[in-house]
Amino acid sequence: MMRVLLLALRRLATSLPTLLVLLVGLFLLLQLAPGDTVDALVAQIGGGDPTMIDELRRYYGLDASVAVQLGRYVWRLLQLDLGYSAIYGKPVSDVILERLPATLLLMGSALSFAFAAGMALGVLSARRVNKWPDTLISTLGLIFYATPSFWFGLMGIVIFAVKLGWLPAGGIEEIGAGYTGLRRILDIAWHLLLPTVTLGLIFLATYLRIMRASMLEVMNLDFVRTARAKGLSPRQVITAHVLRNALLPMITLVGLQAGTMLGGSVVVESVFALPGLGRLAYESVVQRDLNTLLGIVFVSALLVIVINFLVDLVYAHLDPRIVT
Amino acid sequence: MEALKRLAKSPAAIVGLVLLVLVIGMALSAPLLFPKDPLGLAGRPLQWPFLSARFLLGTDTTGRDIAAQIFHGARVSLLIGIVATLLSITIGVAIGAVAGYYGGIVDDVLMRITEAFQTLPNFLLLLVLVAVFGSEIKTVTIAIGLVSWPAAARLTRAEFLSLRGREFVQACRTLGMRDPQIIFREILPNALPPVIVYASVIMATAILLESALAFLNLSDPNIPSWGNLIGTGRSVLRTQWYVSAIPGLAILLTVLSVSLVGQGLNDALNPRLKKR
Repeated sequence: MMRVLLLALRRLATSLPTLLVLLVGLFLLLQLAPGDTVDALVAQIGGGDPTMIDELRRYYGLDASVAVQLGRYVWRLLQLDLGYSAIYGKPVSDVILERLPATLLLMGSALSFAFAAGMALGVLSARRVNKWPDTLISTLGLIFYATPSFWFGLMGIVIFAVKLGWLPAGGIEEIGAGYTGLRRILDIAWHLLLPTVTLGLIFLATYLRIMRASMLEVMNLDFVRTARAKGLSPRQVITAHVLRNALLPMITLVGLQAGTMLGGSVVVESVFALPGLGRLAYESVVQRDLNTLLGIVFVSALLVIVINFLVDLVYAHLDPRIVT
Repeated sequence: MEALKRLAKSPAAIVGLVLLVLVIGMALSAPLLFPKDPLGLAGRPLQWPFLSARFLLGTDTTGRDIAAQIFHGARVSLLIGIVATLLSITIGVAIGAVAGYYGGIVDDVLMRITEAFQTLPNFLLLLVLVAVFGSEIKTVTIAIGLVSWPAAARLTRAEFLSLRGREFVQACRTLGMRDPQIIFREILPNALPPVIVYASVIMATAILLESALAFLNLSDPNIPSWGNLIGTGRSVLRTQWYVSAIPGLAILLTVLSVSLVGQGLNDALNPRLKKR
């Protein structure tokens, strides 16, 4: 257990310089944006005289040189102080924390769906390689991959919410229904079904392709031949010997795609009007709330790093050959 | 030549090529078939497709011809896809080549930057770039190119790492060739094939990224983009769903064609992998 933790911590340490590069890059980007916090504030209160604007600049530390400001900015972020959102009228971290649960829920369920379905279809494909089930599954995978997720979502709404009336068209729960406990959980799950499938389908294609390739690779290895020679049934060979080894690349993929999935949830949350981080990102672009937007980017990067840390833990646990 | 023959034998690649030629044909013929401004008023709004010969694909919420927008949209999608892909491949190859060739500190620094880009969800970074620099079509295209290069850089770096120790490179050094010459004239041609195959993935993603941005109304509103049209149709989704459905199919087929051709190229260039 110590070995696993040590390994993952070492990987985590290498991501710190990455985070620093990111922070500096973000800050420099912010410098390029037309107008600063004070301009936004002054515009909101409807103009002000130059002395007051200078006063405000001094108050917010905007009169210092870029290098000094950069130092202060990084220092603030290290204390997890993301600044203040003028639009929402509260600290950015509060705004983000309110929106985080919906996104985590959506990402978690979409990931589980894509992983499970990708694994099942990948195994099916690999067992009937180059026969019609394999061709059918691969073709479907390609089509899912090529479909814009928001379009999938919209068509899902047309079919399942408008025409058939089976599923809700948007929102995270029935507003004003006042459900509590289990009833509320079921209600949320009901609302998340369509968004989950929408977000999951794009990633399903990648998972199933990787699973198929990795199954075929492992099935050619010597220990599988030995297992077969021992007289195990094909089912036993797959479940007891091939699957665990073939899963390793899939686990890596979870880490690699964490960021893409977050990006995808921006669009999906907008389609289904879910109160998540992605929708917040979209709103802050429209409202020019750069503080909030950069806060979201920072939190997303942290999230990706944490997910990769967890993936490393799982990976090192599954594969004892990895040494520190 | 051998590779071309193999390409012609793969049914998936042929389907992809046919689709791609179709889309390119649409893009080229757009100004001939629909000479008027595709965003201009054409007729009564919300006419269903296949009802009149004048508007084969119907009209949208403001009475603009959907068919004209689809044909002109093909130009926009392909143009954005190609330019953004060229840009990101150029950046990726340059960074990957330098990192892989020199190694050491240079490699470390460049790879940290690459990782920083990979840690950021690229759609979010795209949102930031659009928020800061605006959403004119040129800006959007450049921004898409700027967020898509990291994978190309990693691929190029890996190729350079394996090639830089080979005999032919050592021979070049002994001959006294300078680094830029070795990198660009000797190693790069050998490192390029997998990167070119990967370009199809970047192009497919670039088209999808632009359409998502346009759907959110964050791309250029003054160009006939498929994503824009889907966004327009959203307000009448419950009744006139075709307004959103048709451009979505166009995106689907275009991205599919690019991916199929890319996959076909990959199989043709690495015939040994095909049997798996």
